[in-house]
Amino acid sequence: MKSTRATQEPAWVRYTLLSIGLGFLFVFLGLPLVAVFVEALAQGVPVYLEALKEPETASAIWLTVGIALAVLPFNIVFGVAAAWAIAKFDFKGKSLLITLIDLPFAVSPVVAGLIFILLFGAQGTFGPWLSEHDIKIVFAVPGMILATMFITFPFIARELIPLMQSQGKDEEEAAVSLGASGFQMFWRVTLPNIKWGLLYGVILSNARAMGEFGAVSVVSGHIRGETNTLPLHVEILYNEYNAIGAFAAASILALLALVTLVAKTIVEWRMKKETDMLNTVLAPEKT
Amino acid sequence: MSRFRLSLSALMLSLVAGAALADATLLNASYDVARDVYKDYNPAFQKYWKAKSGESIELKQSHGGSTKQVRAVADGLEADVVTMNQANDIEFLAEKGLVAKDWAKKFPNNASPYTSAMVFIVRKGNPKAIKDWSDVAAPGVQMIIPHPKNTGNGRNTYLSAWAWALKQPGGNDAKAQEFLGKLLKNAPLFAAGGRDATTTFMQRKMGDVLITFESEAEMIAKEFGKGEFEVVYPSLTMQTEFPVALVEKVVDKKGTRKQATAYLEYLWSKEGQENAAQNYLRPRDAELLKKYAANFPPVKTFTVDDVFGSANKAFAAHFKDGGSFDQIYASK
Repeated sequence: MKSTRATQEPAWVRYTLLSIGLGFLFVFLGLPLVAVFVEALAQGVPVYLEALKEPETASAIWLTVGIALAVLPFNIVFGVAAAWAIAKFDFKGKSLLITLIDLPFAVSPVVAGLIFILLFGAQGTFGPWLSEHDIKIVFAVPGMILATMFITFPFIARELIPLMQSQGKDEEEAAVSLGASGFQMFWRVTLPNIKWGLLYGVILSNARAMGEFGAVSVVSGHIRGETNTLPLHVEILYNEYNAIGAFAAASILALLALVTLVAKTIVEWRMKKETDMLNTVLAPEKT
Repeated sequence: MSRFRLSLSALMLSLVAGAALADATLLNASYDVARDVYKDYNPAFQKYWKAKSGESIELKQSHGGSTKQVRAVADGLEADVVTMNQANDIEFLAEKGLVAKDWAKKFPNNASPYTSAMVFIVRKGNPKAIKDWSDVAAPGVQMIIPHPKNTGNGRNTYLSAWAWALKQPGGNDAKAQEFLGKLLKNAPLFAAGGRDATTTFMQRKMGDVLITFESEAEMIAKEFGKGEFEVVYPSLTMQTEFPVALVEKVVDKKGTRKQATAYLEYLWSKEGQENAAQNYLRPRDAELLKKYAANFPPVKTFTVDDVFGSANKAFAAHFKDGGSFDQIYASK
């Protein structure tokens, strides 16, 4: 053990640091999670289940899931397209495009929501035209989808760009020189290479879509049973002195988050396994 | 691409909203603790309207902070009626041309079907012996209220104390402002809203007195238990109104004027009034007020119009930038 001593702190330092770290994690992440379930179950399981059966809560759950499902296809298509363009090609204004993609990260969600009100609200740029044609965007589901899309847009692209850049374009070039069509190249070469990264991005943007509060709150109009998502529903129940209902709804959100975490861990594990495998296969050739 | 997006949105909408089978649909945009009031009122109105006109009517509710709600209506939330807890908020819609300029005259009682009063909530046994506004301003007492500049709750408290100070022997505006200075020094913080103030007082056990609506005391009891606090009625306090109005632009567009008007008028019916009383809001109906007298002890109140001229005038004098509230804070 003498050899390790030079690079290692004494045991007590290691354990103190470790327990501080873990203690901090527990207080800031574990406790709130526990508190949500404790509060939700404060009056027993039957009351908890009753609170979830409330039609407005049920509709909030479905709306939340529905918006996430509606947003994902767009995020996948745009995310992959943007990452493809940025990672595989050089063009003028590339850094501008990267900045634009990051915009939703930089802008406060409330501001993002207000942008849509300013564009599509009754007093907004397109408001009078929309009202004439009887198209509702804000204070209806389309506006909520738009706002969520805006907020979650960068996740997939941001996940894919570094991955695609590190992979380079050799394999794609090989595919094309062997006579693959554009689509074949994408489907057989690019997609298999990025599938775990893509899935990872999908999970992250899905988690954010379901949890989004600020932007959606601005454009929702809070019509019960119609434009009330779970996070909004939690707030309104809490403000109505319905703590059990609020925490029951919050516990559903927490469960969705836990499912996401598990999915994320599995994907990470698969990604690592695949790269390890690739490395062992390629290692002898390289040397 | 945008057509695809639109059609997808439309698909989502139809999935979420379901097919509307009712003859007419009304949306009521309301303040955030009004849910219990309308939860029972809406089915009663549906039954009444079906019997009267044969139409089945679908009623939807939107709840949120009063000011946030009227902003949404101004920005295009298609509410047929607004039922709020502050006249200023409906005034705002009137200025935007969405609500009639004389909305307060369209229905009886200043278009407010029920009222409440600002009361003190003190800890069990009233350990600091808080009986009146002077006790709240006494040294060593901590008062929990939401911010007077931007919440109805906080504004009502502020104006109640101001009106009380005016009515004291030798009271005038200068003395009232001085009294408010003393009172506000006793606020260790300003909560973000009514619910936030309640949590601070009941859950975090901060402060000696919480000032809120009489009707809210019952909601607090529902969540925290009746034995945890006592309600104290000061010698003079504000009668708070809950004004309602038709959103003219929306009912004309949707063709729901008849139904929306009936919906609001029904608030003054026996059933509507009794429902308010059961939710601890003081009904306008004198008979019902007597019937529920146990819940509504006599209290000397004033209205904003009596003392300050109008809600807008009160707002301009006290809460606009540079108003009395800012003057008190600048001199602090």
